[in-house]
Amino acid sequence: MRLVLERRAETPLLLKLGSPLLAVALTLVSAIVIFAALGKDPWIAVQVYFILPLSDFWGIQEVAVKATPLVLIALGLALCYRSNNWNIGAEGQFLVGAMAGGWLALATHGAPNGPWVLPAMLAAGAIGGALFALIPALLKTRFGANEILTSLMLVYVAELLLDWLVRGPWRDPQGFNMPVTVTFEPEAIVPILFDGGRLNIGTPIALLAVAIMAVLVSRTLKGFEIRLVGEAPRAARFAGFDEKKLTLLVFAVAGGLAGLAGILEAAGTVRMLQPGLSPGYGFTAIIVAFLGRLNPVGCLVAGIFLAVTFIGGENAQIMLRLPLDVTRVMQGLLLFYVLACDTLLLYRPRLVRSAAA
Amino acid sequence: MAAPLIQTQQIVKRFGALVANDHVDLTVAEAEVHALLGENGAGKSTLVKMLYGLLQPDSGRILWRGEPLALAGPRAARHVGIGMVFQHFSLFDALTVAENVALGLDGQEPLPRIAERLAEVSRAYGLPLDPRREVWQLSVGERQRIEIVRCLMQDPKLLILDEPTSVLTPQEAESLFETLERIRAEGRAVLYISHKLEEVRRICAAATILRHGKVVAHCDPRAESAASLARMMVGAEVGSVRHDIAAPGGPVRLQVSALSLPPAEAHGTALKSVSLGVHRGEILGIAGVAGNGQDELFAALSGERRAPHAGAIALDGVAVGHEDINARRRRGAAFVPEERLGHAAAPRLSLSENALVAGHAANGFVAKGFVDRAKTLGWVDAVTKAFDVRKGPRDPEARALSGGNLQKFIVGREILRKPDVLVVAQPTWGVDAGAAQLIRQALVDLAKGGAAVVVISQDLDELLEIADRMAVIFHGRLSAARPVPGLTREALGLLMGGSGFPAEESAAA
Repeated sequence: MRLVLERRAETPLLLKLGSPLLAVALTLVSAIVIFAALGKDPWIAVQVYFILPLSDFWGIQEVAVKATPLVLIALGLALCYRSNNWNIGAEGQFLVGAMAGGWLALATHGAPNGPWVLPAMLAAGAIGGALFALIPALLKTRFGANEILTSLMLVYVAELLLDWLVRGPWRDPQGFNMPVTVTFEPEAIVPILFDGGRLNIGTPIALLAVAIMAVLVSRTLKGFEIRLVGEAPRAARFAGFDEKKLTLLVFAVAGGLAGLAGILEAAGTVRMLQPGLSPGYGFTAIIVAFLGRLNPVGCLVAGIFLAVTFIGGENAQIMLRLPLDVTRVMQGLLLFYVLACDTLLLYRPRLVRSAAA
Repeated sequence: MAAPLIQTQQIVKRFGALVANDHVDLTVAEAEVHALLGENGAGKSTLVKMLYGLLQPDSGRILWRGEPLALAGPRAARHVGIGMVFQHFSLFDALTVAENVALGLDGQEPLPRIAERLAEVSRAYGLPLDPRREVWQLSVGERQRIEIVRCLMQDPKLLILDEPTSVLTPQEAESLFETLERIRAEGRAVLYISHKLEEVRRICAAATILRHGKVVAHCDPRAESAASLARMMVGAEVGSVRHDIAAPGGPVRLQVSALSLPPAEAHGTALKSVSLGVHRGEILGIAGVAGNGQDELFAALSGERRAPHAGAIALDGVAVGHEDINARRRRGAAFVPEERLGHAAAPRLSLSENALVAGHAANGFVAKGFVDRAKTLGWVDAVTKAFDVRKGPRDPEARALSGGNLQKFIVGREILRKPDVLVVAQPTWGVDAGAAQLIRQALVDLAKGGAAVVVISQDLDELLEIADRMAVIFHGRLSAARPVPGLTREALGLLMGGSGFPAEESAAA
């Protein structure tokens, strides 16, 4: 007996919707095994991870705060992946966005400034992220350099640049030698949605971006171009689409969204620049994009789910003394299962007896 | 009577819901050239892949000299004495002939001995080959010889040839037939897969005809007419295309002047000073063996690759060499590439989206950047109706259609635009006879309506049927176009083999 994969003629709709759910279910089963192996009661652990973050208003608010950057980044990554551009450097684009916007906040710090500062910071963040993302895109279109490698390696460049800035030229003189900048001025801080909460206008911006992307992908010629280049590059040339221009565009959009997420995080949630600005949003967003089937609305749902695991992971650290790495393991498992389940979309597994017997 | 050499009994092979072979019986005697006839998709390749151990039957038996035979793989098949030459060669371009043969042999022979034996076998069968040449330097016909010699070196009792003449010039085919006769005279059997009826009637003493996976007849092709064989193969009378040769002398709608283009990839073909002119109401056929620059010519005509100077290509007198494919479409040109899936159409996108592939620039499907879905769907309906595209749902994925129906869709997608100039490559490649007839008639009718049509094809019969004038492409050069009436296959075959082209060309190859 052996297992063969047969190509499906048509993918049933039920499977298209069911495959991410199956991946989530398999991740849960694996999580239970891991918790048990770590000597924790799996049921309590699952509750702490997945139920507790959604059980009260403050928990839900925290989930939204975490989901906002994930969704923003994943929207751009989904465009890249749909068109066969493997941008995995969103973490770096996120940080460069935070630095570009943060530079404006620091440059105007203490000086008389007006309401233009924040919009200019957001724009600078988006532009900074976009320009940084254009480096691997240009290397790919000009020299054929593999964008997976270049975009990934640029993450370390961005991380070390931020590290150097906050330890060196941008360090807060009154910061007791901590590697942080000054806290931004009130004009340079993203407005909160309601008093006493932590939700800022980044969340509605992310929702707006989801809506725009959903229309772009499904209704416009540009969205069609992105899908066609990914599905059949030769047919895209036959349609007269310029693959290189599209590579530059999707990298710029993805970098812009990641940069925007970066400055929203720096000027909204953290309110300063510091080395640990991102708990790996740029990498987790890769999982979000695939779990969301590279679909904008799917990215929204998947972003919320991954945010729950972030909050759950923090809860588990506090309440169960589980290391944060367990969260990383679970996120990795989730991506693994998502990709494995996608195989079911394209192929039908079948057991066959070998005929030679 | 002695047991036949090989026999299949009630062989069944399924792929998912498709029954590719449905209780097939086939009997090949020793020293017999046996034809396996059928249209594309009739199940011929599936059957021989089982005989060569590449596929396993779901049920039924294979008998070898009366004994049941189980083939775990090609190596086992070669071991009992079955050799096969595939339609698509499995050769390494960068290796020599001898090295390629060595890789295909199962034993541990040293290379010099293989080269020696190779030279011997190729002499004995009239298949001239130089063991030291590298494969990329060889013509398609020579490459096929390598595959045949490689099989013969293993002393097979049965040699299976899958559509061997589809890549050959008429003259090359002729010498292949002589080789086959020699092989048969030695007592070896040949299973000859083809859908070319005339050659089957010439060289085969027995035939098995498949249709939709089932055996519809066993017969002696020499006792049949080509028409009766075709009827059995297709299951219906195939109409012929109505075509009156166009009166020459309308205005030139497509003009190509001294177009040269370096190859796009390493082993591609450069176009060398290609010139042609197609008049209003005329079909120009471009014949040639595959790989002589057809792909490059199509890319240059369509604008997928720009010409080095604008004047190299003109549509209705306007220089368009520097324009991209969509600009040319807006000027009334339309294009049908050779590859259906992946080039003309995206397999996993729906037909309405595939309508957009070729029509987004010139068909009014897009307003202010937004796609008008009602219009693209309406276009699918119109093409479906006009070209009899058979499909289940209204708007399925392209890959869900059969080859013939998808081809009708992608040709119809362009013809329905009523283009002034149409360039089409391999319009009926791998398409059933009914669909092929419909497509050819549509091309003829389009030209009659005043368009200029270029048909690039390797199918000489097709070109002779529909073209008004024909040119031959060889090593990136295009011969002068000649009127089809009075053109002989022999003359075309010589051009396809390179004679008649400037001498430095064949020396440079």
